[in-house]
Amino acid sequence: MLHVISCRLRIWSLAPLLLLVSAGSGISQSGMAMRGGAASSNPNIGVVLNGFYSQFSKDAPFSVPGFVLGGESGPGPAGLNLGESEIGLYGNIDPYFFGSAVISFSSAGEAAVEEAFIQTTSLPGGWVFKAGRFFSGIGYLNSAHRHADDFFDAPLPYQVFLGGQFGDDGVQMRWIAPTDLYLEVGLEKFRGEGFPGGGAPNHGAGTGAGFLKLGGDLGVSHNWLLGLSQIQTQAIDRQTGEDPALPESSFTGDSTLNLVSFVWKWAPLGNPKTTNVKVQGEFFQRVENGQYILDPAGMPVAINVKDANKATQSGWYAQARFQFLERWRVGVRQASVKADALKDLAAAGTVLNGDGKSTSISSAMVEFDPSEFSQVRLQYSSDMTNPKETVGRWYLQYIVTLGAHAAHTY
Amino acid sequence: MLLLKTFLLGTTLLLAVATPSWAKLNVFACEPEWAALAQELGGGDVSIYSATTGLQDPHQIQAKPSLIARVRNSDLLICTGAELEIGWLPVLLLQSANGRVQAGAPGHFEAAEYVPLLEVPTLVDRAQGDVHAAGNPHIQTDPRNIARVAKPLAERLAVLDPEHGAAYGQRLADFSRRWEQAIARWQTEAAPLKGAPVVVNHKGWIYMCNWLGLREIAYLEPKPGIPASSAHLNDLVTLLKSNPARMIVRAAYHDDRASIFLSEREHIPEVVLPFTIGGTPVAKDLFALFDDTVNRLLRGLRG
Repeated sequence: MLHVISCRLRIWSLAPLLLLVSAGSGISQSGMAMRGGAASSNPNIGVVLNGFYSQFSKDAPFSVPGFVLGGESGPGPAGLNLGESEIGLYGNIDPYFFGSAVISFSSAGEAAVEEAFIQTTSLPGGWVFKAGRFFSGIGYLNSAHRHADDFFDAPLPYQVFLGGQFGDDGVQMRWIAPTDLYLEVGLEKFRGEGFPGGGAPNHGAGTGAGFLKLGGDLGVSHNWLLGLSQIQTQAIDRQTGEDPALPESSFTGDSTLNLVSFVWKWAPLGNPKTTNVKVQGEFFQRVENGQYILDPAGMPVAINVKDANKATQSGWYAQARFQFLERWRVGVRQASVKADALKDLAAAGTVLNGDGKSTSISSAMVEFDPSEFSQVRLQYSSDMTNPKETVGRWYLQYIVTLGAHAAHTY
Repeated sequence: MLLLKTFLLGTTLLLAVATPSWAKLNVFACEPEWAALAQELGGGDVSIYSATTGLQDPHQIQAKPSLIARVRNSDLLICTGAELEIGWLPVLLLQSANGRVQAGAPGHFEAAEYVPLLEVPTLVDRAQGDVHAAGNPHIQTDPRNIARVAKPLAERLAVLDPEHGAAYGQRLADFSRRWEQAIARWQTEAAPLKGAPVVVNHKGWIYMCNWLGLREIAYLEPKPGIPASSAHLNDLVTLLKSNPARMIVRAAYHDDRASIFLSEREHIPEVVLPFTIGGTPVAKDLFALFDDTVNRLLRGLRG
C-alpha cells in the first residue's frame, strides 16, 4: 500500500508542482488549505494543474556523491511534460473533525493517495490530533505542497535526506501554547515505509518525529518562524529511488536527521500585495548507523556505516524571493550537501564515498502570476552535484489552481 | 525526542501554573473596523486584537504565526465574512484548532450575515476575476451597515459573557444613539456628493456610493484583484473624455500608481479614503473614520 506512495514518488519532481489542498497541520505546513465560504459546497473541491518544459545542457544520470538517493529526487525529465495533476477534497466533517484527501494523477496515468487525513478542530487546551496519511510537520518546506514553494524542484538537501518530501501513514499530536508568541510542539509516529524509513519495522511504527516551532512579528512589517525538528527511523532493506539509471541499493539500520529551519518575511506596513520579501533557510544533519548493500555491477557490496564507522552527512539551503511589482517575483537559491569520507574500504569508488566534499546546486527564477490562481515560472539551475561537470537546467512551468479558493499557510 | 517530550511536559506545567484565568473576553477582529466596534460595545470588559491595519489589503493577509497564536487564545472572533478572508482565515481556524471560534460556534461572528449584500454575482466564474460568491464583502464603507452589525454583536458579547450582559446592552444603546446622530450629520454634510460620477480603484466602495448617492462609472482594476494594465488605463482615458468623473477614489492600502497616472493625465482629483480605521492618521475610531471619509470626498468634489 505504501508502494503506492513510492510509485508516486517516482514521478520525480513533478509532484511538487501540482498540489492542492490539504490544510496542513503545523504552521510550517505551508500546504494549502482551500475552504470555501458558507455558500460553497462541502466538501470543497480543488484541482491543481501543472506542466513544464525543461532543457538540460547534458543528459547525465543524477547522483550526489556520498548519498544513495531515495524517494522523489532528481531534476525531473527533459522536454515537454505534463506534471502531476491533483484533485483535493476537504472540509469540516462535523464540529470536531476536518478531513482532507488528495488524489494525485501522474502523467503516466497512475492515481495515488498523496494525503488522506483527519484532524481535530476543537480539542480544548490547544491540542490538535491528526491521523491518516500526511506530510510530516518537520522542517519548514516538508509539509508544504511543492507548488507553494518558489522553485520548480525541492532544495537539494530535501531531495537527498527526505526523498523530496517525507510523508507516511501515521499520527500526529500538536500543542499550541496559550501565549502571544507562537509556540508549537508536535510529536509524530509513522508506519516507517516512506523514505528515509523503509520496511515498516517495529511492528509498523518504525519512524518517529518531533518538532518545536516559535514565531512572531517584529513590528508590523516583519514576521518570522523558527523551527527545530528531528526524525528518527529504523529502516529495514530500504530501497533506493526507482530511477533505473541508478544502481540498486538498500539500507538497513538507524537513521537520525536533525533540522533547523528559519523563515523571515517582510512587506511594507504588512501589506504584501505590491512588494514583499521572503527569506528562508534550513540546515540538515544526519547520522546513519547500519549497512548499505550496493549493487553497482551485479556484484553486491556491503558497506558498513555503523559504530566507529558511523557516517555524518549534512546540508543546507537558503533562498530569497523578492516580489518587486504586483504579479512579478524573482528568487535565488543556493543548496549544498556534504557527506563524510567513509572508513569502510568497501566504500571506495562507490557513490557512497563523498570524501567530505560538498556539492551544490545554484538556482534563480523569475515568476509572473497573472492572478491569484495562476503562475508562470522560468528557472535556471546550475547543477554542480557531479564534481566533474556542471549541468545547466532550464525549466519553464505553469501551475494553476481551479475550484475552491486557495488559502496558503505561512 | 526525549528532549521534546520533556520540553512539552515542562512547558505545559509551567503555563498551567503561570497562566491567570482570563478576566476579560478575548476578542480577535479580522479587520480594524470590527475591533473598533467591539471596543465601543465591549469597553473595559473585552481585550481586543486586530489582525490587520487600515494599510493592509484584507484579501491578502498571511496566516502568520502571530495570528495563529492570537486565534488560539480568543473567545470571540469577529470577521467580515462573505469570503473576504477566504485566503487566510480558514488556515488560522484550522491551525489554531480553537473550538470556541470555529464556524458555527458562538464565538464565531461574521458581520456580513447581518447586512444585505450588494453585487451578489449570478455567475461565479474566475474569468471575471476574484469574485466573491456571497456578494461584495466591503460592507464597512456604509455606516448604516455598522449599525446593523452593532446589535447582533452586542447580543453575542452578552451570550459569551453573561456576567456583563447589561453593560453590553447599555453601551449598545449609547453607541446607537450617537451613531444615528452622526449618520444624520454625515448625510447632511455629504448632500453635495449626490449623483457625482466617480472612478474607484477596486470594487470596494459600492456600499459607500450607495449610501451617499455617488455614481461609480468605472474601476481601475479591469477585474477584481487584477491590477490595471496600460490598455485598460487607455480605455479609461477614452471613457473619461466622453463621460467625465469628478474624482478617482482609492483606498489608502491600495497601490497608487494607476490612480495617480489617471488623475494627472485627466486632471481629476485623486481622493485617498481611509477605507477603515487607521487608513489615514485622522481615522482613529469609527466616528473619525466617517468624518474623514466625508471630508475628503467633499474636498475632492471642490477639486
